[in-house]
Amino acid sequence: MSEFDFEKPVAEMEKAIEKLKNINSDNKTDFNAQLADLEAKLIERKKEIYDNLTPWQTVQVARHQKRPVLFDYIKYIFTDFIELHGDRHFGDDHAMVGGFAKLGNEKVMLIGHSKGKNIEENIKRNFGQAKPEGYRKALRLMRLAEKFNVPVITFVDTQGAFPGLDAEERGQHEAIARNLTEMAKIKVPIITVVTGEGGSGGALGIAVADSVMMLSYAVYSVISPEGCAGILWRDASFSSNAAEALKITAKSLLELGVIDEIIHEPVGGAQTDPQQTAENIKEVVLKQLKKLSAYSATKLLNKRFEKFSAMGKFNR
Amino acid sequence: MPWFIKTKTEREAQKEISDDIWEKCNKCKAHVFKQDYINNLNVCPKCGSHGKITAYERIGMTLDSGTFKELNETISPADPLGFIDGKGPYTAKVDQARKKTGLNEAVVTGTGKINEIAVVIAVMDFRFLGGSLGSATGEKILLASNYACEHKLPYIIFSASGGARMHEGILSLMQMAKTCAGIARLDEKQLPFISVLTDPTTGGVSASYAMVGDVNIAEPGALVGFAGRRVIEQTIKQKLPDSFQTSEFVLEHGFLDMVVHRKDLKNTLSGILSYYNR
Repeated sequence: MSEFDFEKPVAEMEKAIEKLKNINSDNKTDFNAQLADLEAKLIERKKEIYDNLTPWQTVQVARHQKRPVLFDYIKYIFTDFIELHGDRHFGDDHAMVGGFAKLGNEKVMLIGHSKGKNIEENIKRNFGQAKPEGYRKALRLMRLAEKFNVPVITFVDTQGAFPGLDAEERGQHEAIARNLTEMAKIKVPIITVVTGEGGSGGALGIAVADSVMMLSYAVYSVISPEGCAGILWRDASFSSNAAEALKITAKSLLELGVIDEIIHEPVGGAQTDPQQTAENIKEVVLKQLKKLSAYSATKLLNKRFEKFSAMGKFNR
Repeated sequence: MPWFIKTKTEREAQKEISDDIWEKCNKCKAHVFKQDYINNLNVCPKCGSHGKITAYERIGMTLDSGTFKELNETISPADPLGFIDGKGPYTAKVDQARKKTGLNEAVVTGTGKINEIAVVIAVMDFRFLGGSLGSATGEKILLASNYACEHKLPYIIFSASGGARMHEGILSLMQMAKTCAGIARLDEKQLPFISVLTDPTTGGVSASYAMVGDVNIAEPGALVGFAGRRVIEQTIKQKLPDSFQTSEFVLEHGFLDMVVHRKDLKNTLSGILSYYNR
């Protein structure tokens, strides 16, 4: 069933289809052709809507409550997951999860932001907003991956790094800065998939990767549209304008050279078919892994340096 | 209203005259003689509060006289997103900042000597769009670290920035990774990197190069933090103390090596670098 305002045009069609289906079950004649026709039209109309989502509408899809989270993807495409805990300094951050896992036949280190799907899970996982110990755990696991010579795969889905008193006291800035610096030196391939919200430094803290991919309705931004509207428009109700101006969709980021590839997700968003979305991710990540594992460590690091050196547009 | 149409009230005219002679301290609100304030390196002689200074003033008080050679001074902002906000286009803001400051970007980079020790230096200027980190800023900071790598020189960055430049969207976020990749190379070559955090150093700048110095130094009373105070207060639903996110707070929590008065910075920097034994 439709859940977004922008799906209203198809909501009526969906209702009509439901009605037809109910009649059909009582009286099994005549309706099949009509039903098939309507269903085809529905799919077409829905595709049209999703092909033309505004950036602000995309934000809503990316934040959908039922959108698959890290543990869904672990369930669908990873096997033999061995979760590893703790940053060895302060604690274990449940908003950042990591461990060894297998993707197909490939052994990898999987690290990602972990949102919950209900209020209890979200309280435990701080709504996927990691604290310094989360970023430090991530770095510890990347170094472990380097030692074990397995590639790192990170899944990004966070509103941002947690803006709290404790996070400041424990050096949220230093934790992220350290990751950005150290990730430039990790001598195994790093692959990032932005699956939902790529919230600023909190996202980048695990996303300095050789290949960065995004799901088609994910967003990745330097600041939330609400935050940007509050500062530059002095009014959060301009979030839609800010979302447009900031260029935060997968398509824009591909054009800007910030991501390498868009991973297709089903019309209606990943939550309508999490299994298929996960399979799509698996296919693309395995392809990237194959490409990257052909490089020597030196070549890998040089290419990573060149990739990030080339980011940005300016006048000479 | 443009300044040339505006008729000055008597009060404004008086204020202008007094601005030439007096400087009002932002912290203690004391009025001090402007010349005393300047002679004291823009530090309030009454309360010791460190006021903002321009990039060239900083270079003047840090490097040995006549040793500064600027690098990449022509690099300037483009408008990669065609960004327009509630107050107009980004390009207009850039033009205004360039006119106001005479700078092409929020950072000035170059080489020079500190008490005869050769260094590469990058100095941010808060007057230029709040010292925000955009594509051109990031490029200059990276090119300076590349220069340091190539010539085997220590690198010093003076930060003064509210964070990433929103008007360049995701590309400004990427400057955090870009500049840190440069710092990583210095590290691999065992070259010293000293970060000096001045008021303010927050957001995307504190969460990138500013926090990963081999030695992190801040000026007294500088605002140093990751998230904005208002955002944190809204998140935790409590008021934060005045001392929150000051240099002294960050020192106490272990993320700075020292807090140093502006007048002592030059000798502190050369003192640290004098121990570099490669």
